[in-house]
Amino acid sequence: MTSPTANAGRRARITAITSGKGGVGKTFLSANLATALARQGEKVLVLDADLGLANLDVVLNLFPKITLHDVFTGKNTLDQAILETPGGFSVLLAGSGMVEYSRLTPEVREQLVDVVRQVVPRFDRILLDTGAGISDVVLYTVSLADEVLIVATPEPTSLTDAYATIKVLATTQNRRDIRVLVNQVSKPGEGRIIRGQLQQVVDRFVSPGLEVPVKLEFVGEVPIDPSVRDAVKKRQLLLDCLPGSAAAQAVVAVATRLRA
Amino acid sequence: MNSKSHHPPTAAPDALRLELALSLLAQSGQAVPAGVEGSTAWLQALIDALCDLSSRDGLTGLANRRNFENAIARESDRVARSGEPALLLMLDIDHFKRINDHHGHVAGDLVIKAVSEALNATVRPMDLVARIGGEEFAIILPNCPPAFGSTVAERIRERVEEQAIQLVSGQQLGCTISIGGAYAPQWVRSTPAVWMERADLQLYRAKSEGRNRTCLEPTPVSVVSAEEKGLLFASSIFGEDLT
Repeated sequence: MTSPTANAGRRARITAITSGKGGVGKTFLSANLATALARQGEKVLVLDADLGLANLDVVLNLFPKITLHDVFTGKNTLDQAILETPGGFSVLLAGSGMVEYSRLTPEVREQLVDVVRQVVPRFDRILLDTGAGISDVVLYTVSLADEVLIVATPEPTSLTDAYATIKVLATTQNRRDIRVLVNQVSKPGEGRIIRGQLQQVVDRFVSPGLEVPVKLEFVGEVPIDPSVRDAVKKRQLLLDCLPGSAAAQAVVAVATRLRA
Repeated sequence: MNSKSHHPPTAAPDALRLELALSLLAQSGQAVPAGVEGSTAWLQALIDALCDLSSRDGLTGLANRRNFENAIARESDRVARSGEPALLLMLDIDHFKRINDHHGHVAGDLVIKAVSEALNATVRPMDLVARIGGEEFAIILPNCPPAFGSTVAERIRERVEEQAIQLVSGQQLGCTISIGGAYAPQWVRSTPAVWMERADLQLYRAKSEGRNRTCLEPTPVSVVSAEEKGLLFASSIFGEDLT
């Protein structure tokens, strides 16, 4: 845990983690990045914004009785739903029963904004773990963030969806700086190449229609590493159970980069 | 409905109180249904005429708010399924209060009617033009490709601007409208409320940028073309046959 620096003017930096395609390790990365950020001294909250199909609880092996759902329905207070994790960060889990929130109604938006407004003064960093796809819930969640981190893998399908997401965010939310994290690379340097490919297509097809071009910032790559699967199977944080692994070290490097 | 014998043959016309219904129809200028008075077909025609009446705005004959809300809910569901692009335009007469204040409410009504006619004359038969408030209108344009959106909206705006409205006093009056528009999200289920809000936001933009203009929300193009994919995968790490 971080030392509680009594900070009256605290205002969390909100980072949305999104990907377009599902199954690229977004939730795994959110949890482990949060751990790394916490160890680097940030007071971190991961908000499970995948309202329709959350699985942060599975990654963390936490199945709380009180979730965001109960906060939305007014059954419990926000404080009752915020949990401390073994990784030294806090988490707000969506829990099951959130299917009804997978449509963006004005009520869902108000409730989300309300929750974010309440947690912002209490943390240094809020990671919004969004759902897959480019649904309006995902777009809306991302719109609440100060910065966007796109997770892609070298898979062509992931890359296509990451590109589509970048395009939509640039045109609908005027995002001009988008951070790119490449997961599951098989060779060192692949991440940079992929960022370069994305940037090239963005320069050619997206930026010409905008006043200010879109800049993709490479924040790192995480290699394919069997330790990731081991940690996920054990339902443990990679940074806890295999901190020396290549993937764990890569995640730590990304966290450092995010704080810069 | 398949067997006639299960139904009473006809309702006796004098057993029903139809005076109000018939006078409403007459007042709205609609013909009394043809056919044998009191027959099922006649009653159905009467109900249809009343339904039509209750879905129209009294002053302009355009779809009213109730009809519009029904239509937009249907359209946004349809778009979510079919992926067809649909455009919603929200329109508002510029400085309408000033027209009312300077020329009176009769002139105001004339302006509203004239704008309605201009709108009706500029859209396709499949589009729905509605009066959703005093000087506010909305148009749902199903299957309207994003490339045409601003052309259509501009044509509507110009048509209204060019129109001279003849007042009872013999005076001629012109008016302009501001238009905001947004496409229904194609890839997701959304709500009509969000769609309207987005179009409204653009209308607000058009107003604050000086009125008599159209502002459409930039379309979120999530489709990735073959050309884009080609360039995206133009790297040795993807091998050569992945486009």
